[in-house]
Amino acid sequence: MSLLIATLAIGLVFGVLALGIYLSFRVYQLPDITADGSFPLGAAITARLLRDGVDPVTATIAGMAGGALAGAITGAIHVHFKVNALLSGILVMTALYSVNLHIMGASNVPIRANTIFTPFEQGATAWLGQETSILGRSVPSSDLGLLLATTIVVGVAGILLMLFLKTELGAAMRATGDNARMLRALGTSTDRMTILGLALSNALVALSGSLFAQMQAFADAQMGIGVIVLGLASVILGQTLIGPVRSIALAIIGAVMGAVLFRLLVAIAIRMGLDANDLKLVTAVVVLAAIVGPNWLKSIARKRGKHAPT
Amino acid sequence: MLRLDSVCKTFNPGTANEVRALANVTIQLAPESFTVVIGTNGSGKSTLQGAISGAFDLDHGSITVDDADITRWPEHRRAHLIGRVFQDPFAGTAPGLTVAENLALASKRGKWRTLAPLLRGARRGEWKDLLAQIGLGLENRLDDPIGLLSGGQRQSITLLMATLTSPKVLLLDEHTAALDPRSAELVISLTTRLVAHSSATTVMVTHSMQQAATLGDRLIAMHRGKVYLDVSGVQKQHLTESELLALFSQMRRDDRFDDDACALVAGQYR
Repeated sequence: MSLLIATLAIGLVFGVLALGIYLSFRVYQLPDITADGSFPLGAAITARLLRDGVDPVTATIAGMAGGALAGAITGAIHVHFKVNALLSGILVMTALYSVNLHIMGASNVPIRANTIFTPFEQGATAWLGQETSILGRSVPSSDLGLLLATTIVVGVAGILLMLFLKTELGAAMRATGDNARMLRALGTSTDRMTILGLALSNALVALSGSLFAQMQAFADAQMGIGVIVLGLASVILGQTLIGPVRSIALAIIGAVMGAVLFRLLVAIAIRMGLDANDLKLVTAVVVLAAIVGPNWLKSIARKRGKHAPT
Repeated sequence: MLRLDSVCKTFNPGTANEVRALANVTIQLAPESFTVVIGTNGSGKSTLQGAISGAFDLDHGSITVDDADITRWPEHRRAHLIGRVFQDPFAGTAPGLTVAENLALASKRGKWRTLAPLLRGARRGEWKDLLAQIGLGLENRLDDPIGLLSGGQRQSITLLMATLTSPKVLLLDEHTAALDPRSAELVISLTTRLVAHSSATTVMVTHSMQQAATLGDRLIAMHRGKVYLDVSGVQKQHLTESELLALFSQMRRDDRFDDDACALVAGQYR
């Protein structure tokens, strides 16, 4: 039970990541690999600031701001220098590796100070005592506080993102991904929209990294590897859960649910004996299958249909 | 008023694919005028529209709308002066956004996109009336994603979007060419109505001789990047489809003559 709650909490933190990837991949139709750098960037900035005695909320927001800057740089390289979007992301991601090492001063920084989760953990302990019984099993109350905190964060982030996408600016961003030519004809710089969108996407990714580091009590330069694929897996899984919907709210809920479900599946797979080293390989294969599979099945169905005796 | 002054544009200069798309074009179009532009393939009629909308930089010349010199303005900055409808019926609307959202984006043409909710204060009643004009029952589909609509329906809405904020210039780039005949007819009748009520300087490129003969108060025929024929007033009113077809075969004959003449001259000097 304790494992389940911890898994859910991590899943929700990755839900924030999924929101960021939803924005770049689904709204802009642009798989932005900057995420592999901005996730640890958020973690690094937060870990460093917490070590320096900065309060957790400021440290978390600073991490987000760092991610926003990284995303804006990717966007600027892409639109101003006409560099392919993937390559822009790869360049920034690679550069961020060094930046992150500089920020942390080492490849791994432990977090010993109070985190953004501490008040929730302490509050839950004070209210419910050290242990709480759920369905007859005893769990540490602090884990429940953690779960509540992550639920609040992902809920607030999701609702804000949904409201934002319904504003003039947010709708202009959606139109940029949908039909950039139209938006230019309507007098909006799609360059600016792309930079802003990638900034927002990476701010969410960095927030996720910051929260993940605070939850795990360390930041690591390597923690970003495969983050984009993990995010894509969540978004695609969420889409499969919800079905092909046009509603933004449902798509956002789907992305978060996808992240949580993916985390659960991973926990179950490892419990059932999957070597943790194979995790990234399996994730990549799952994402590939989810992207290629539907079309492949359709084409098989078509061929069958064609050759079927009448 | 829209004014083009000695506008020149050559694509791929200095290469084998060099195309002199606009060769010193000077045109002045009056406010509220409706000009139809025709021309052979590669005559520069679409390049003319691109020059006005800012799709590329000019090699030479200037473009002014009223008193503003917009020659160096980027495409998106010109947009608050210029409404556009493209040949591709799907190019003017964002498929993932609803009909209302598309109209709302168009109603804020050229303005800053703020954090205000897009559909707050939306003039739904007004939009419904406009959509009802089209006569396709679109007034009941404000909240459907526009991607669910047909090409003709989307092109009609694009037309509404282009005229929603009363721009100074309205550019229609073969906007019925990719539609089925019935939709094309519908879009043309909507065009006639909207242009009649609009104060914009309208420029419509077409390759339908029938549209060229019946629509507009001025006709410009482009050939090899130049204005080949420019008629207006009574002369334009009496222009018939067959006269235009004759004009086209003449332009093609000129083309052949030029090539033959070149070959002849080249032979003499070899």
